[in-house]
Amino acid sequence: MNALKKASNVTNGFAKKWAQFVIRYKWPVLIATIILSMGLGSKGAMEFDGDYHVFFSKSNPELEAFDALQEKYTKDDNIVLVLSPSNGNIFTKENLVAIEELTAEAWNTPYSSRVDAITNFQHTSAQGDDLYVDDLSYESSLKTTSEIEEIKKKALKEPLLVNRLLNEKGSVTAINVTVRLPGEDSAKEIPEVTAFIRNTISEFQEKHPNFQVHSSGLVPLNTAFFESSMRDLMLTMIMMIIVIITTLILTRNFFSTLATLVVVMFSIMSAVGFVGIMGIKLTPPSSVFPTMILTLAVADSIHILITMLQKMRKDGYTKKEALIESMRLNFMPVFITSLTTVIGFLTMNFGDVPPFWDLGNITAFGMTMAFLYSTTTLPALMAILPVKTKQKEEKVQEKLDWYTNLGLFVAKQPARLTLISLVVIGGLTFLATKNQFNDEFINYFDETVQFRSDTDYISENLTGIYNVEFSVGSGESGGINNPEYLQNLNDFEDWLNEQPEVVHVNAFSEVARRVNRSMHGDDETYYRVPNNREEAAQYLLLYELSLPFGLDLNNQINVDKSETRVTATIENVSSAEMIDFSKRAELWLKNNTPEPMHAIGVSPTLMFSKLGFRQADSMFKGNIIALILISLVLMLALRNFKLGLLSIIPNVTPVLVGFGFWAMYKAQINTGMVIVFGMTLGIIVDDTVHFMSKFLRAKRELNYNAKQAVIYAFETVGKALVTTTIVLLTGFAVLSTSSFALNSYMARITVIIILAALIIDFILLPSLLILISKKSDSKAKVTTFQPQVQLDK
Amino acid sequence: MKKVFFAIMAIAGISSLAAQSAAEKGLQIAKAAEQADLGFGSSTVKLKMTLKNKNGQTSERYLETRTLELTEDGDKSLIVFNSPKDVKGTSTLTFTHKTGSDDQWLFLPSIKRVKRISSNNKSGPFVGSEFAYEDLSSQEVEKYTYKFLEEKGNLLVVEQDPVDPKSGYTRRVVTYNKDKGYRFEKVEFYDRKNALLKTLTYSDYKLYQGKYWRALTFNMVNHQSNKETLLKFEEYNFNVALSDEDFTQVALQRAGQ
Repeated sequence: MNALKKASNVTNGFAKKWAQFVIRYKWPVLIATIILSMGLGSKGAMEFDGDYHVFFSKSNPELEAFDALQEKYTKDDNIVLVLSPSNGNIFTKENLVAIEELTAEAWNTPYSSRVDAITNFQHTSAQGDDLYVDDLSYESSLKTTSEIEEIKKKALKEPLLVNRLLNEKGSVTAINVTVRLPGEDSAKEIPEVTAFIRNTISEFQEKHPNFQVHSSGLVPLNTAFFESSMRDLMLTMIMMIIVIITTLILTRNFFSTLATLVVVMFSIMSAVGFVGIMGIKLTPPSSVFPTMILTLAVADSIHILITMLQKMRKDGYTKKEALIESMRLNFMPVFITSLTTVIGFLTMNFGDVPPFWDLGNITAFGMTMAFLYSTTTLPALMAILPVKTKQKEEKVQEKLDWYTNLGLFVAKQPARLTLISLVVIGGLTFLATKNQFNDEFINYFDETVQFRSDTDYISENLTGIYNVEFSVGSGESGGINNPEYLQNLNDFEDWLNEQPEVVHVNAFSEVARRVNRSMHGDDETYYRVPNNREEAAQYLLLYELSLPFGLDLNNQINVDKSETRVTATIENVSSAEMIDFSKRAELWLKNNTPEPMHAIGVSPTLMFSKLGFRQADSMFKGNIIALILISLVLMLALRNFKLGLLSIIPNVTPVLVGFGFWAMYKAQINTGMVIVFGMTLGIIVDDTVHFMSKFLRAKRELNYNAKQAVIYAFETVGKALVTTTIVLLTGFAVLSTSSFALNSYMARITVIIILAALIIDFILLPSLLILISKKSDSKAKVTTFQPQVQLDK
Repeated sequence: MKKVFFAIMAIAGISSLAAQSAAEKGLQIAKAAEQADLGFGSSTVKLKMTLKNKNGQTSERYLETRTLELTEDGDKSLIVFNSPKDVKGTSTLTFTHKTGSDDQWLFLPSIKRVKRISSNNKSGPFVGSEFAYEDLSSQEVEKYTYKFLEEKGNLLVVEQDPVDPKSGYTRRVVTYNKDKGYRFEKVEFYDRKNALLKTLTYSDYKLYQGKYWRALTFNMVNHQSNKETLLKFEEYNFNVALSDEDFTQVALQRAGQ
């Protein structure tokens, strides 16, 4: 102890003074922190944003391209209701009547602008010079069996219906509700629509139990985002219970557990206040912040409390002495680990995905406050609360404990362990490169989420959910009626239809063909684009005259009639395949059409497909900065340049190992996982800091050689590292139960990384420390080592 | 108890009386408006239609319409498109009917043929504008049921519920100007879910032949899509003396050439 006290430096003195101050003014300190946390908490607001747009920054080029397309054409969101009658045939009188009823009811959906069903499909037929435009099945209850047979024939021939609103067998159909959300408050508008739709579905199913109903579309997607935010927020409760149990087990003291709980509650309340003050709307990735803060903040308190209780139990300190001593010993480590964690989380701001900016900033703020409360509220509370412990007789350790043995094991064979570790890490690093980005947003939700299972059903039985859109230009106002343009567009449509992943194509050339046929008495040989500009323009006018309520040309044609929109519906394919498809289509346009027609593919699906790559690119810089900053913090904290540099190895390799294991587990990584490098770096660096600082202390203050110092480090911090790792693992294990893949995958890989970090810090780091110190060390022999008594923990 | 019962009966009676009179008063106003516009015979007018989308991008069309007044049935009208160039000469002929679906013919100069279009698509938009067919076709009293809402100075506000189940509206709220021949000042359209869809405002009114008020500007604003359609009329001509012969398929073909 004397050696250590002698070495007590400025920071130790500061920590001691701080502790004495807090204990002397325990009531004012407690009240001040209560006021601070309550004050912040009162500004708190929990608002959610379910709009999928939140995943894209304003400058995201895919979003810009998509917004540009939506500016040119009608912007709308939709809900698809998919109906599967038990008899497997849509075309019976009862079923058509039911569909008509549901269609009529769907018109009442808030913000709806259009409802499309097979029954109200505008079917055009021609007899000579007479054109008949009518609902495919109006007042179905009055139809005869033969009329219904006729309707079925027409419907199954209709390219606008098949694979879109009707499957090829005629056993599954969809009602598409188009809504135009004002976009003023998605937290109000989306739930309003969802509530109506859910109610409509349940009423419909009550009345027509022979129908299975599944729903999907952009509004349900947004709802699913919304609800998964709220579900993940609920994980906080589970984590809270785990915190209580863990603290109770580790401290075996009720008041310590209570104090810990107060500290983490205050931290979370402050973070909630930050959310309110900054006007952050929670999204699935950012809604896990309370669990994150709980997981990370609890470690601070546990470190301080365990030392304090040990001092009381083992060394017979009074409560006040023990508290001051614990603060003195832990202030710096807690400060440094908080600082590195904050840096790690702040690097999320380098990414391109706004919800992670929020997660990073909220957690960083929460951790800052957790540090403050751990060093103020916690000691003040412990000073006030009646903590009593019985001093235990120190058990003479007959057997060397597990950590000492591990230390001896490593000290005996540093070179061999280094080699093995590096080979394993190298192999896993190679595997890590085999991971592929995949941000299929449907798969963000696991099968327990109804949106996912319904969407899967729709993809399997009716149509695709993913799409790619092209705004194909003609280069001149009114140019879409140019026969050359129409022919090229028609060729593009045909090419798209030939692609294996394409389920359905909606192109203006189909309209041109259809009207041409109608104008020629339904003669199939005229099912081709008109070959004269005036003809095409006048057909378009006729088509425009026949559009039903809620539809206008602007869905497909821009205002000055120079561009048309081509929508290709795609089956469920991975992000890489989606990007490849879009590139192929763009290339086809380049090779086969004049320049104005060279459109690029855009859609929410593509935006998500590229999100992971974009995030990885932008996070790369952030990660390097985090690594440099955190290594600098380490060098300063350890006051050793060489070891600071060496620390990069145990800090970086766990991530490589993590992604290596991931390649064996899923091999698909999503946007949520890109942030783990910066985030886990801030967390796992704690292990390195603790281990290295004890190693250095042993060398500097106790004049141990490297091997002795390693064993000393194992004895002093081994248990603490295992304890915090367990707390962290539990926290992220709770998060990994999220039904939302951006969160659950991120949590799962973090579990692997944190575990890998502990193993690397126990095997590779000490081996390296011994190896690099070899030359300067005295030639002490391993066999002469005596296990050291725990000095400061 | 009895007293309470009678009181309730009395109140119910009064309110049903009030409802009765609101419906009657509304109908009276509609009839007065129809009466005020009776007897103009026929007219022609040229107009410019400007479509404006939510971003302010516009496109224009020039048209000419001829109208023949009929008292027994709905009016007949003939519309000729003069621009854009590639649709020049395209014309439609419409016979509106007081009940049932309208008859419509279309002449396309590019194929030089008249096509009859049978459609009950009244709620659909007229050539991409914010006007539906039902907004532009002749205003027959029989097409609605009425409910008088309020009187503000010389303005009378009447709710009109369309009789046709295929209408795109649950109701429309019309503001009449009773001092100016019951001319329309404003119409608000409520969609099938009873949300405000569009507002049509009439302005630049001009009195013809001392009796017929014609607005030279129609502005239709769609509140849900934020699109607008502006109709600017040139001078009306009431001295054309058109007859049934000017509203035939042959006349349609001639008009388009």
